[in-house]
Formats: sequence, structure tokens, C-alpha cells
Amino acid sequence: MEGIDSGTSPTDLELLRRARQGQWDAFEGLMGRFEPRVFRLTWRILQQREDAEDATQQTFINVMEHLDQFREEAAVATWILRIATNQALATLRKRRGRSTVPLDTQPNPGDDETPMPHPEFIAQWRDDPAELAERSEVKELLGQALSELDEKHRVVFVLRDVEEFSTRETAELLGISESNVKVRLLRARLRLRERLTRTLGDESTRVTPDHDHDHGAENRVT
Amino acid sequence: MKCDELLQALSDYVDGDVDPSICEEFEDHLAGCNPCQIVVDNVRKTIALYKAGEPYPLPEEFQRRLHATLRARWQERFGK
Repeated sequence: MEGIDSGTSPTDLELLRRARQGQWDAFEGLMGRFEPRVFRLTWRILQQREDAEDATQQTFINVMEHLDQFREEAAVATWILRIATNQALATLRKRRGRSTVPLDTQPNPGDDETPMPHPEFIAQWRDDPAELAERSEVKELLGQALSELDEKHRVVFVLRDVEEFSTRETAELLGISESNVKVRLLRARLRLRERLTRTLGDESTRVTPDHDHDHGAENRVT
Repeated sequence: MKCDELLQALSDYVDGDVDPSICEEFEDHLAGCNPCQIVVDNVRKTIALYKAGEPYPLPEEFQRRLHATLRARWQERFGK
């Protein structure tokens, strides 16, 4: 995971070392590089702007207070994003503590064994992702679809597919097994696919799923 | 391989993390199953779209507040 390091500007690590020596400008430079990404990550996980702002601020306070503990084994970017993720997870735990939802309806590890969601609306998308990403209504749709996911699926999707943490890193961050990460990621991807395709899919290319077929003739490509 | 089995292996396939023997079965099935081809393509595009999207720009007012707060903390800690 790389930070920004172009031309003659100092590397992330150089900035961090100078910040350790008490140079505010270096620390502020580091913040400037990572604050958009930290804010985006925490907002995606928390789905609420004020909580994302609080989590972002607390992330940089933690970074400042633990500058001496960075061991230079990981990239600075990875270290900061781990702190941000942990901060967002702490906010989620705090929310659950305040929640009035009965305990037996809260997420638990066993519900990863529920049946896999089956694709229902299957159609080619009308446009390419790069083009779609520029449209404001699509940005809104992406946020909406993400917010509709269960918290445990959303967190895994954001860490794996958006922030590009590995399966092992994600498992470590969340304190779950790698196979649980994979199961949750698959569910998240399938649910988001279904939700987005219902809006972005081209109805004229829609095909009917047949869950029981095995190379069924009606679906064979000719 | 049936559609259900393909679904189970879909993430590993999309991530390029699938056992070669399963990969072959996966692609054999895909070659003859239009719905599965579309689902795999949809999933790839879903991931690409989330990677490309920038829906949460950093608000300027928050950025100013953040820097002021951290600057004050820094002065308390390092005294400069």
C-alpha cells in the first residue's frame, strides 16, 4: 500500500521521522496526505458524516501519540489506515453499546452460514464503471447500496475491495478467521451486485437465472 | 460445476486466488452459461465502480478544524 511520493517531495517515512523529532510541519504534511483517505474510509464504514469526522480526528490524535511506536516494518499508509479502521470499529462498538436492539437480533458469527444470496436480476450494465463513477446519481447509489449492507459485510467489503487490505490483514483487523472474511466478502459483493444491477443493468440484456441447471441448453452461449 | 458451485468460488476467481483445477472447471462452466458470465462481469464492475468512486470529499471546514485541534494538541505535547 503506497503513500504519495512524487518528485522531490519527502517520502511518507521521511515525514514521519521528522514528525518524531517534533516538527509540526512534517506531521501536518503527513496529515495532508492521508486525511482524505482516512475520512473516506471511516465514512464508508460508519455511514455517517459526524462520526466519520470524529473518527478521523481521533485517528490523527492516535497517530501523533504513537509516532514512536511505528516500527517501520509496514508502510506508513498501512499503519495509518489500520489506526483509522480500528477507530471506526471502536465507534461501531460504542454505537452497539448505545443500541436498544435486543441482543439476539445483533450480528453474530453464526449467521455467515445462512444460504448464499442468489443473483436474481441478471443483466449487462449499460455503461462502464469509469464513466458511471463520474455521475452524481451513481455516487448516491453507491453510498445508498453500501449503507444497506449489514455492518459486518460492509466493513469487510470496504477493507478488502476499496482499501485493498489482504484477506489476512482484514481478518487480523476484525479479529475473525480468514474464511469468515471470504464468506462475508462474497455476500457483500453479491448483495451490492444485485442492488447496483437493478439500477445500472440494461433490461434488454436481462437473462433468467436457472439455479438448478448445469450447462443448461437454454442458457448456452452460441 | 453447477451455478451454485460457481457462486461459491466466485470471489476467489475474481481475486485470481482459485486453485488451477477449480479454475478450469469454473471457466468450462462459464463458457457455456450466459447468466454466470454476466454475474461474474457484474461483480467485477461493482468492485471497479467502488474503487473508482469518490463520494466522500473532505469538507474544508472540517479540515481547518482538524488541523487547529491537532496543532493545539501538538503544542501541548511537544511545546512548539
